[in-house]
Amino acid sequence: MTTAATPAVTLSGVVKSFGSLRAVDGLDLVVPSGVCLGLLGPNGAGKSTTMRMLTGQVLPDAGTIEVLGHPVPARSKQARAVMGVVPQQDNLDGELTVRQNLEVFATLYRIPATRRAEAVDRALALAALADRQGTKAENLSGGMKRRLLIARGLVHSPRLVLMDEPTVGLDPQVRSELWVLVDELRSAGVTILMSTHYIEEAQRLSDDVAMMSRGRVVARGTPGELMRTHVGTSAWEYYGPPARLDEVTGLAEAAGLPTRRTGPSVSVLRAETAPTGLAEALGPSGSTRDTTLEDVFVLLTGEPVA
Amino acid sequence: MTSPPTTPVPQRADVRWLETSALAGIWTREVTLFTRYWRSTSFAALVEPLVYLLAFGFGFGSLVAAIGDVPYIQFLGTGIVASAVLFTSVFTGMFTTFVRRVFQKTYDSLLAAPIDVHEIVIGEALWIASKAAVYGCAPLLAAMVFGLPPSWGMLVVPLVGFLTGLGFALFGILASAVVPSIDSFNYVTSAVVTPLFLVSGTFFPLDQAPGWAQTLAALNPLYHCVELVRDAVFLTWSWRDAVHVAVLVSFAALMAVLAIRAMRRRLLG
Repeated sequence: MTTAATPAVTLSGVVKSFGSLRAVDGLDLVVPSGVCLGLLGPNGAGKSTTMRMLTGQVLPDAGTIEVLGHPVPARSKQARAVMGVVPQQDNLDGELTVRQNLEVFATLYRIPATRRAEAVDRALALAALADRQGTKAENLSGGMKRRLLIARGLVHSPRLVLMDEPTVGLDPQVRSELWVLVDELRSAGVTILMSTHYIEEAQRLSDDVAMMSRGRVVARGTPGELMRTHVGTSAWEYYGPPARLDEVTGLAEAAGLPTRRTGPSVSVLRAETAPTGLAEALGPSGSTRDTTLEDVFVLLTGEPVA
Repeated sequence: MTSPPTTPVPQRADVRWLETSALAGIWTREVTLFTRYWRSTSFAALVEPLVYLLAFGFGFGSLVAAIGDVPYIQFLGTGIVASAVLFTSVFTGMFTTFVRRVFQKTYDSLLAAPIDVHEIVIGEALWIASKAAVYGCAPLLAAMVFGLPPSWGMLVVPLVGFLTGLGFALFGILASAVVPSIDSFNYVTSAVVTPLFLVSGTFFPLDQAPGWAQTLAALNPLYHCVELVRDAVFLTWSWRDAVHVAVLVSFAALMAVLAIRAMRRRLLG
């Protein structure tokens, strides 16, 4: 039995290798109940492997995992009964209709036969697919398929939802529709663990962000905390030839400010704390912008998110 | 989109090794899919034995009038039950399972729900075996058109078909988890399935075959299916039928252990 104070997910010292590749390398992560945690990192950071370990589909080489009070993989079936999963890839049954897809999973999730139709109707309404319930899944648009995947993961009203890159490949309008849905889930008290490599998605939806790089969490906190702690609130951005960028980098770092190089530009972070006269010393052509989580990520890992 | 519910849908708290909900979920899916393609599958199941009976029954039948007291076409009609069961179960186990695992990622999606690999394997095999039990009776119906007299023993044939189909469905699932690519099924078909089919006593009796052929037949589960079907249809039961049943049960049990182990290796990283 878990209480609100019990974390929904706990990973301690988790390691997973595939051959010589260490996908997850001593991962420690706690997801408190009722929060939306964004797992942010580039492709290959170990996000999907972590997600699959939580469902017992990937077995850790070392460490311990607990999901909703159940040790995984030993009791992963119990954990899977009360959590929902929205996978990154479309693995719907294309030949089945929208409704039939949900009926199969309502059965698998052990919803009593007398409550199954009601649960399916609710999931259809949730995903705004009620008018397409007789359509074969293979005939849906990409956005509708994604909504059906979400409905499938929510058909049993789980306490924890794992979303693996839920909006990857979707157009902006569909993405913002899904953001509304995630927001509503969060407001309803459902714990959400969402992996993403979209900065805006993590920043907008997550109560808490865990930044992953090379199989480890390298920073953790609310988006605001992470930015305040690592990069401040504003940045100066300079464009120019490499020699000019080297000059700006040197002057800023000599003044104790972190910098971030991106192609033809360099950003001077924590600009609001710059000593008097530095802006003049750096010269013209700088523009001021707000810092982002991407600044934090690049600063900490030296690699871009997407 | 509407707001999500805050109250979880009630579910049973306990979890069993073999969940009826897991098997029900697999079967709900299979039955729904079957309603889409039953016509073509059933057409093939009925027409194939008719073709065999026409081609071999009247072809060989003109050379071999009877095997013992049994007219050749009735001997053949009862034997083809086993091959119908074999082909229905082994090819479905091989190809359908492979496509669902590799291309459609069906099992990946199922494993996110409270269902384990052994339940997927058992659920799929039971469904395939049930189809094999039904389609295995088609040759008997065809043989009756050609003069096979009905007998109460025919009621046992679906059970024999189910048991045999279960073993071969599991063998097919095992093969699907072992082969590196779908093309590799050519090796399984040529090196395993076809010899099993030919050395099963379907087309000719094996009691006068060379010793090595009889030994191979004794190891061939399909031979035991053929013998059971003939003993059931012609009401020639003996103690040997208990051995035939024991071989088929052992075959299914062994294949279940191996198929579950191989599928676990494939599906769980």
